[in-house]
Parts: sequence; structure tokens; C-alpha cells
Amino acid sequence: MANLTLELEAERKKICQIAKNCGLDGFETVFELINYDQISQIASYGGFPVRYPHWKFGMEYEQLSKSYEYGLSKIYEMVINTDPCYAYLMEGNSMMDQKLVMAHVYGHCDFFKNNVWFSKTNRKMMDEMANHAIRIRRYIDHHGYEVVEKFIDTCLSLENLIDRHSILNGPQKFSDPAPKVKNDHYLFKVEKSYMRNYINPPAYIAEQELKQAELHQQKATFPSAPVRDVLSFMINYAPLEDWQQDILTIIRDESYYFAPQGMTKTLNEGWASYWHSHMMTRYILNDSEIIDFADHHSGTTFMQMGGYNPYKVGIEMFRDIEERWDKGRHGRDWDQCDDVRERKNWNKNTKQGRDKIFEIRKIYNDVTFIDEFLTEDFCVRNKMFIYKLNKETNRFEVNTRDFKAIKAQLLFQMTNFGQPIIKIENANFENRGELLLNHVHEGLDLQPNYMDATMRNLFKLWQRPVNMVTVMDNGLQLFRFDGSEYTKHSLNSEKLPEQGTQTEFPKI
Amino acid sequence: MAIREDQNRFKSIIKGKVRDDFKKYVTNGELIGKREDEFVKIPMPRIDIPSFRYGPKQDEQGVGQGDGEADEGQGQPGEGQGKAGENAGEHMIEVEISMDELAEILGEKLELPRIEPKGSKNIMAEKNRYSGMAPVGPEGLRKFKQTYKKALTRYISSGTYNPSEPVIVPIRRDFQYRSVKKTQQPQTKAVVIYMMDVSGSMGDEQKEIVRLESFWINTWLKKHYKGLETRFIIHDAAAKEVDEATFFKTSESGGTLISSAYKLCQQIIQADYPTSEWNIYPFHFSDGDNWSGEDTRTCLNLLKEFFLPKVNVFSYGQVESKYGSGQFLKDLQKEFNADDRLTLSQIEGRDKILDSIKDFLGKGK
Repeated sequence: MANLTLELEAERKKICQIAKNCGLDGFETVFELINYDQISQIASYGGFPVRYPHWKFGMEYEQLSKSYEYGLSKIYEMVINTDPCYAYLMEGNSMMDQKLVMAHVYGHCDFFKNNVWFSKTNRKMMDEMANHAIRIRRYIDHHGYEVVEKFIDTCLSLENLIDRHSILNGPQKFSDPAPKVKNDHYLFKVEKSYMRNYINPPAYIAEQELKQAELHQQKATFPSAPVRDVLSFMINYAPLEDWQQDILTIIRDESYYFAPQGMTKTLNEGWASYWHSHMMTRYILNDSEIIDFADHHSGTTFMQMGGYNPYKVGIEMFRDIEERWDKGRHGRDWDQCDDVRERKNWNKNTKQGRDKIFEIRKIYNDVTFIDEFLTEDFCVRNKMFIYKLNKETNRFEVNTRDFKAIKAQLLFQMTNFGQPIIKIENANFENRGELLLNHVHEGLDLQPNYMDATMRNLFKLWQRPVNMVTVMDNGLQLFRFDGSEYTKHSLNSEKLPEQGTQTEFPKI
Repeated sequence: MAIREDQNRFKSIIKGKVRDDFKKYVTNGELIGKREDEFVKIPMPRIDIPSFRYGPKQDEQGVGQGDGEADEGQGQPGEGQGKAGENAGEHMIEVEISMDELAEILGEKLELPRIEPKGSKNIMAEKNRYSGMAPVGPEGLRKFKQTYKKALTRYISSGTYNPSEPVIVPIRRDFQYRSVKKTQQPQTKAVVIYMMDVSGSMGDEQKEIVRLESFWINTWLKKHYKGLETRFIIHDAAAKEVDEATFFKTSESGGTLISSAYKLCQQIIQADYPTSEWNIYPFHFSDGDNWSGEDTRTCLNLLKEFFLPKVNVFSYGQVESKYGSGQFLKDLQKEFNADDRLTLSQIEGRDKILDSIKDFLGKGK
């Protein structure tokens, strides 16, 4: 075991046993006791002790350590999804805090191990990250710091362009050959003229001529179906050098590794909070600690005015679900019951609550969780509302408390887990090897200045003009960066190119 | 720790950004408010890696929790307390830059020459440095390496050194200690005396310009003179010495007698700053509207007889006010046309601050 004090180690053993008794089944968990500077460092590295060198970690660190020093924030708990699970405790926290963190961590750990969305993640990621660091440092030695840094900047700019829905299927396989360009140099070199007919027999020439003519005719749509895993597509088809390809692969791997955590934020935090609360109040706390615990716990699960706190929504929903399934408040009979009094006293004593929440932690993610289990009763009880900016007063005001609107808003925020959906529609646009992206517009425009900069970065990889179709200011627009100029073209009422068919865009 | 490498890299990127946007920082007063003793805190937008992301509209709407009524009516201010994070989207970070680095950037941007202190060869000061060596001293200052060498020399020269068993035991007279050595150093004492016209015609904008200029001038001079002293004089028809805060805030009204300030400045120099030891930098800012030709003549005489021979360089900045630009600058130009002990600068507005700083400091005096 790591460097825990005897006292902490005794508590850890106790809590570990309690967690097991509660049915939590995580990986073995290693706790490290570290000081605030170390915790700031590790937090800037996304929970890992070693990452590749990049200024963005330095920026994170600068902010974390400053805000700790100024007393604005404090990192209590950090745990990473590996086997064994590594978790960090901060030196100098009170015993109650340490116990709370340990209980919370066992909740996360169980979630990592059992939630299906995490099932394909690399559980040896700590080693993998260290290997990535070594590979990138090697490229730095070969090509220079600034060259590699610039390239990493470019890759990071595209890191969210992965297909979150393919997490369970593994990486997408590409079988499409890249479209061939017409090639007039198919004749083999002939040095002695009498050999000509043997080296380039007429039959071969005829065959090649036919092939070239075909290629010329062909207006290939490539890829055959739209691709959401843009990074993978770039790795396979963009004209990159070996080291660039490798760095892009590293960025993509790390992006996929972190993706499930983004997809299960509410569920994961809710689950861990539910269990720390359950275990602390029933088995762990002693009398003198209960006030501190209540203070700390409510601090974590406090929903700021207007903010969305995944801890709060998560834990409340788990409790709600447990109660509903304990009392049988679900299914057809419950839904059709309109009698307020009957609903209030509804208790079928089914006692399935605990099983239900364990099932949820296994197969759901945030979107499916909210979609299925957010109920009107829950919204009313938790006083949820939608706020909106009042342009006249420039203040945020409660807009509505309508259940459907709240649910729609929550789900909308989680669409593609908060990231815009962007697909490669055609990588041979206009038959000129240009890239055509399509932003599936869900009601929100893309941030224009970021889009400009990101398209420039995409151009750096693809090295051919990059086009993007999106809705901006209520009109369908095509944005284009051709290597020197960034232009905007209105497509008016024209339809987006359907899959498989080639739509002619206005000539540019 | 590996994070230091990333942190330093981040800081150097930030410094590059400050360098790029330097003019912006010079012409707005934000920096000065954030000044601490050694550092300036520069607020700047968090540098983000661009990505395809949703525009700001997303922040205008969201789900919250709490009491409050939905605002159905139109125009009436809602009672709802829902509130999203303020200034959503733009995350600001504060970066610290030391005054020294700031001065360096200023120097680099304006291509300022290094200042050569006046009479530096004559003004010497003694300074003690631990750079000598002595056979006696406190144990804390004993130098192991030198002591060992001394002992080794003794062993070898006396023939007792045995390479197969190289044990060296130093004895009392081998011991070497660091000791104080007196060195002569050129003295660099400097004082800046700021004089400002606060008569009715100098508005707030003019004072702001003076404030900005004096901040940058101070930054630059401080880099060259450790322990730079600053004195402040304000004047309208009469002059008085004030502290820094008052200097920038006071707004008087009334006429302008520039000579009053010059006389006071003369008194200060005579009382506190013997010219043989001090580098003296008087700066005078005015809108150039002197009360009478008589007074202007007094000023010119003072300059000719007292200031120019005694100080490093006398600087006059004429700030253009809403009443136009006065005559004083022209009078000075006429009288001291080619004298490089006097620098003149006309400051038409905020944008010209950098040029004016260059006028003042570009001579390297």
C-alpha cells in the first residue's frame, strides 16, 4: 500500500470493507497522500503523474495553484480510471474529510469498473500516458520543441472530433481506398527498344488506358458514408509524416480515454455521492463529525443559483429512483393514476430500489439516464427551472418551470455530450480532394471565430481546402478555408448533400 | 517536477503575447492599477485552443434550481433569481510580470538605448563582497574545495601523498575561508522630479496621459538605477511639493506660472541632491500656456543657468489639451534648438504616448 499514515490506513481498510458489504465492487484502490502542490500538478495533468510536455498543462497548473493559494478553491478528491484505481488524498485535510473522500472514491471506483461505457477504456492508462510522453519527447528531440508543440496545438484543436457513440464498438475500420488521381506514368521504363513490347505489352497499355479513363469519369464520393471520427480519418488519409501520425494517434487515444467520463458526469458523481452519503451516515461517522460532514456534503451538492451541479442532480435522482422502485411507483398503473392522494400513499412494497440503481450504474449514461428517469414530480420537488437572459435588463431570469421544457433543455445540453456533431461528408469534394464537413445543426450556431481558427488547423492536416456547411444566423452557409483565405457563402434554401448523392455546390 | 517545464513554457507564451499587444497596455491605465512592488498583474483572456464549439447563445439559457416566479409578463423585471456565471465564456487570467521584464519589453519595443549614468567614473562607492580568501574565518564560511587543494598540495610537495591510499587530512594552516573584499563600484543614485501643470486648462485626460507616461518612464529608469527616488511637484500660479497620489489626483484652477515650479525644483535639488553624486531627471508636463512672456524668460534663464548644466537631461512634455497647444514648447525650441541636454516632446493624445516615451528616453542619457 502507498504512503498512508497508520491511522488513515486503518480507516481505509474499514471503509473498503463497508463498501464491499454495500455491494460496491471496484478495482483495488491505491490511495496516495500528497500535498497541495502535487495535487495541483496531478490535477493539471488530468489525474496522471506523467503527461507529454505541453503548455496547456502549465496553464491549468497556474490556475489551480493560484486559486488554491488565494483560498478560492480546493481539490478534495481525485481518482482515475485504471486498474488498480489510483486516488489522491490531500495532506492536512481533517480526518472526516479523508474518510469522506475515501467513501466517495470507492463509489467512483465501482462505477469505473462496472459501467458499460468504461468497459473498453484502457485500464493501464497510467503506463500508456507515460509512454505517450516518452514518444512525444523523442519527437521533440528529433524535430525541435516548437515544431512539435505547434503540431500538438493543431491536434488538440480537433480532439473533440471523435465518435462518442462508437466507444462500445471499438475504433472504426476504414476500407475505402482513397480516390486515385489520374496517373499518366503507368508505362514502365524501357531501356532497350527491342524490349518494349515485353515490358509494356499492348494488352497492358490498353488495360491501363481504360482504367485511367474510368478514373477520369469517376466522381467518387469518398468516404462512402459520413464519418464522425474525424481524427481517425485524418490518421488514415491525411498526408502526414510518421511522427505526426503518431502524435495524432496519441491525442485521439487520450481523447477516447476521457470521453466516457464526459458522458457519465452526472451519473458518476451522483453514484459516488449517493454512496458516500449512505456509508458515512450509517457506518463511518462518529458523533463529533456529523456537523462537519453535513457542512461539507451540502457544500458539494449545493446547486448554485442558475448553475447545474451534477453531484446534486445525480444524487437526488438516484434517491428518487430508489424510492420509486422500492414503492413500486413506476410502470403503467402508476403513470395512469391521476388521484393525488393515491399517488402520495402509493407503496407496493416491491423493494427493488437497490437492484434498480445498480442496474442503472451498469448500463446507462447521462443522456439515457435523464431521458428515462427525470420525472415531473422530481422537477417540481427540486424546484427546477429554465433561466434565460433578459436582454432588456441584462439579467438572468426564471423563464419557465415547465417539465417538458426543462427536460428538453437538459437533454439538449447533453446532445453529443455538449459537443457539436460534425461529420466528414466528403473528402473528395468537387472532385478536387477538398474536405467537406457538415455540422448537424441542433439549434445552436458554432462560435464563428473559433470555427475559423479550427478550420485553419484542419487545413494544416489535410493540406487541401476545407469546407464546412453549417447554419449560421438562420441561414445555411458554407465556410471555406483554402489555405490563404477564409470565405463565407450563403447556400440559401439548398439542401445539404444527401448521403451517397453528390450535390453541386455553387462554384467558388 | 515536470509541470514546471510546462508552466515556464506557458509563461513565456504569455510574455510573448504581452509583447505583441504592448501598445494596448501602454495606452490604457489598467496595468498601473494592478501594480505591486515587484510585479505587475496583467489581466488577459485565457488562451484557448480553438475547437468547433457552440457559440455564446448556449450560456443565455440553462437549467437552474431554486425559488422564484416565472416571468410571464412583458417588460416587468422578473423576480427570478436564476443567474448564470457572470461574463460567461470569457475566462480571464491574471499573469504576473516583473517590473524588470516589463522594462525590458519596453526597451525592446522602442529600441531604447541603455542609459549611461552621468559622471559614473567619478562617483564611486565602496562595496563589500565575499569574493576574497583568507586563512582564518568562521567555520560556516570555510571553503571545502580550496582547503582540500591546499592540503593536497602540501601532501604532494612534502612527498607523503600515496596514490594507492589517497587519504588527505587537512591541518590548521590548510584551511581556507571566504572573506570580505572591498570593491569600488560606480555610484548610481538617481532622482526623478516630476512637475505637472495643474492649472484649469489641464483636464483629466491630460493628467491620465501624464500618469501613464510617468509610469513607463519610472519603469525604465528603475531598471537602470536601483533605489530610484521620485519627487512630485504640482503648480498652477504657485508650486508645491506633493506625494504621488496627490500628484495624479489634484485638479486646481487658475493661472500658470511655470517658473514657480522650476524654482521649487531648483530648491529641492540644491537641498537634497548634490549634483556631483546624483543623476537627476526633471520632467515637466504642461499644456504650454504660460501666463506671461516675462515668466517664460525667467524659466529660460533658470534652464540655461541652473538646470541644463546640472542635470542629466531636462525633459519637457507638452500635452495637447482641448484649448490647443501653448507657446512654451516653441519658446524652448527657439532658445535651445540644438541642445541635447533638453528633450522636448509633444503629446497629442493617448496614441502618441509611446512615441513620446521614445522622445524622452531615446537619447540614452
